[in-house]
Amino acid sequence: MSLDPLLLSRLQFFWVIAWHILMPAFTVGLASYIALLETLHFTTNRAVYLRLSNFWTRLFAVCFGMGVVSGVIMPFQFGTNWSRFSDATANVLSPLLAYEGLTAFFLEAAFLGVLLFGRTLVPRWAHLIAACMVAIGTLFSTFWIIATNSWMQTPAGYEIIDGRFFPKDWLAIIFTPSFPYRLAHTVTAFYVTTGFVVVGVGAYYLWRKRFVEDARVMVSMTLWLLTVLVPLQIVLGDMQGLNTREYQPAKLAAIEARWDTASRVPLTLFALPNETTETNDFAIELPDLGSLILTHDLNGTVQGLKDFPRDQRPPVAIPFFAFRVMVGIGMLMLLLIAVSWWLRLRRRLFDTRWFLLGCTAATPLGFLAVLAGWITTEVGRQPWTVYGVMRTAESVSPSLTGRDVLISLLGYAIVYLIMFPAGGALLARIVKRGPTTEQHAPVEGGRAREAVTATPQVTEKPPLGAGGHS
Amino acid sequence: MIDFVPLWTIILGLAVFFYVLLDGFDLGVGILYGFADRREARNLIMNSIAPVWDGNETWLVLGGLGLLAAFPLAFAIIMPAVYFPILVMLLALVFRGVSFEFRFRDAEHRTFWDHGFCYGSAVATFAQGIVLGAFIQGFQTDGRHFTGSSFDCFTPFSLLTGVALVFGYGLLGAGWLVVKTEGTLQAWARNKGRWCLIGVVIAIGTVSLWTPVLEARIAHRWFDWPNILFLSPVPVITIGLGLWEWRSLNNKSEVAPFIGAILLFLMSYIGIAISLWPMIVPYQFTLWEASSSPSTQAFLAVGTLFLLPVILMYSAWSYWVFRGKVRADIGYH
Ligand code: HDD
Ligand code: HEM
Ligand code: HEM
Repeated sequence: MSLDPLLLSRLQFFWVIAWHILMPAFTVGLASYIALLETLHFTTNRAVYLRLSNFWTRLFAVCFGMGVVSGVIMPFQFGTNWSRFSDATANVLSPLLAYEGLTAFFLEAAFLGVLLFGRTLVPRWAHLIAACMVAIGTLFSTFWIIATNSWMQTPAGYEIIDGRFFPKDWLAIIFTPSFPYRLAHTVTAFYVTTGFVVVGVGAYYLWRKRFVEDARVMVSMTLWLLTVLVPLQIVLGDMQGLNTREYQPAKLAAIEARWDTASRVPLTLFALPNETTETNDFAIELPDLGSLILTHDLNGTVQGLKDFPRDQRPPVAIPFFAFRVMVGIGMLMLLLIAVSWWLRLRRRLFDTRWFLLGCTAATPLGFLAVLAGWITTEVGRQPWTVYGVMRTAESVSPSLTGRDVLISLLGYAIVYLIMFPAGGALLARIVKRGPTTEQHAPVEGGRAREAVTATPQVTEKPPLGAGGHS
Repeated sequence: MIDFVPLWTIILGLAVFFYVLLDGFDLGVGILYGFADRREARNLIMNSIAPVWDGNETWLVLGGLGLLAAFPLAFAIIMPAVYFPILVMLLALVFRGVSFEFRFRDAEHRTFWDHGFCYGSAVATFAQGIVLGAFIQGFQTDGRHFTGSSFDCFTPFSLLTGVALVFGYGLLGAGWLVVKTEGTLQAWARNKGRWCLIGVVIAIGTVSLWTPVLEARIAHRWFDWPNILFLSPVPVITIGLGLWEWRSLNNKSEVAPFIGAILLFLMSYIGIAISLWPMIVPYQFTLWEASSSPSTQAFLAVGTLFLLPVILMYSAWSYWVFRGKVRADIGYH
């Protein structure tokens, strides 16, 4: 059996980026949450916010560390495994990636040290600024990386000379047709993901009757946020679907497993797409709804896969199922939010045990949806790396043998299977210990302490009414 | 159109040099960490870099992306050519990077993460040295592609540069620890620094003699008249610096060993630059031939010239916050 360096490189890329994206999915939202908690503590001086901020910062530090080390691997993948892609697209894409480094990574890195270790070394306002800078850094990072990816999905603003891409219009390159939708949908996804983790952890404490005051603040505040974000996410997802139909019709046809172009198409809830017969087996369909959702018009026409030559079609089953997983999770989240309101209005939010258990079980939902969404997006883009212009098969490094990539893939597999589970165990341990009052003992220089002590004398205000501040 | 290549040569040259210094001392500290046997000493050593290592490693990302942005052809040829050293470096950096957090939170497996930190640092350094050696030796190409095998980069010469870099980073790390610690730990760092210096001097000497033998063009560059006259200060200054470094490791000066190590790196860096100029893929493509389109370089230059000073400012601030000696009575968290 001969090993295919292309297939193995794709597997390797999938493996490293899938793990990597799980970290930003959490740290982007968490950085903003910590900045929010710091701001609340700065303005209200309530100790609970300080405790929560310290608690979530501990979790943040672990995830951020794993995000950085798995992220550093990513740009090197372009060179080692996708050198022809790098050579061809660098003129257009490299500034976007480089700006990510310049605007985001340095900002995060420099202020992270102060956020983690500097609470007693710098004035209070400086610590707050550090928290905000880290949060802003993660958002800048998302902006640029999504710009890069969106250009690969819906390329614009370039010309091709001798098989290489050259920039013509930088604004068009950054703000490609799918970019605004993708950015909004992804950032919201990250916030939602973080939100469900915070709710999940809070519900777990309430269920175990530990750290009740802190847990109420977590659960109540975050469910408010999710009440806005989850429906928003669904609307944004719908808008992105419309955008995909316009700019990547083959991808949309794969997502919907639609073979023939037609109007008044049904909505396929479940099916086993069959690429050889070009039909769906065991399809469960709702009439006309497909056209309504995909075109916002009952009579709208949806393009089918048969319109595209076979060598320009993406795989069908993977985007089809991944998309359904994502949307299914979105609906599940909506349901949880609805139930939370029903309970909140009955003032039973904090002591309905099956609901608390349900929230705890929902902790990983966001991560699954993020992965499913990205798999839909990226597999749906196949067989192209730059949609419609450059094929994945033309992107791989020519010098690599299957054996080379097998070795490296095994290396990444082993190392990640040590690091990420170890990190997960660590996170679980931090959650078990909970938001204790224990302070971060900071790393300090040897200067006199008096001059720099900046932790305020926290005065505990009496807690609000029994319902927390729901 | 303005020629942006000189500007980008300078920016990239600075970024790589910053990386070598900053992550160099911090990898070096990791290497020396393996030789410290007391728990308290290890805590102190690690705490001396815990707040800054992430920022230091970011220069690696910038170096990689800067190469991609300014000289993409070099990126596309060199990266596959050094496939395995890069792989090993990245995996080693994973262990090393997470061990900061994991070591303190995962007490049962502390020894494992201790090893991860020290071997991770050493292996990453060694792999970087191999990349350097392979770079100096040049690559087999056809058109715009690397056509050799992924194992071409392992040669006696590149193994030597690998070892050389381990000593070099070790020396930087020792210099940093002399600045950040006091008492017995400082004396220990000075001692380790002396061993590293001996290694560095031998390595610089060997590499300096080996490269001209390896590549006739480099021999001409250095030994042809009148170059030999103009370039002779480079080895002379380097020898002087070596002596000065030895003295400052032995007397009481606290900052001098670190400065000396930095200057030794600077001289070696200049030496390599002189040998290879103006090649970015040695002996195949010049900086100009490998550069990205003027529009790309211009677009990125605008932001970079504004952002780099800002980055340097707030990075300096974050160093300033953690200035002074690390203290024994205060842990990581
Ligand atoms: C918490 C995560 C999450 C949730 C609940 C949803 N999504 Fe999503 N979705 C993502 C997280 C995500 C993502 C991971 O962030 C993706 C991958 C690429 C992107 O832009 O966002 C994505 C991609 C993505 C795409 C593919 C875009 C393309 O063609 O490239 C579509 C059409 C939708 N989403 C639509 C939806 C709909 C209709 C949802 C309603 C329930 C939904 N998403 C819920
Ligand atoms: C410039 C940046 C990027 C490049 C060069 C790139 C390139 C690639 C390539 C070559 C593949 C393999 C093709 C395949 O597996 O079929 C791939 C797959 C993938 N990419 Fe991207 N991509 C980039 C950005 C992203 C981003 C920002 C994400 C977001 C998470 C992402 C997520 C994925 C995923 C999940 C896959 C797996 C799909 C699969 O293997 O079937 N990529 N990408
Ligand atoms: C192929 C594409 C990708 C590359 C080349 C890449 C590169 C990197 C690198 C080098 C880092 C470490 C930065 C540091 O040193 O501090 C990092 C972290 C980060 N990445 Fe990625 N990444 C990719 C995919 C993604 C995706 C898909 C997202 C989000 C949509 C993302 C968002 C972030 C964020 C927010 C961080 C900082 C937070 C953290 O480290 O957890 N990246 N990335």
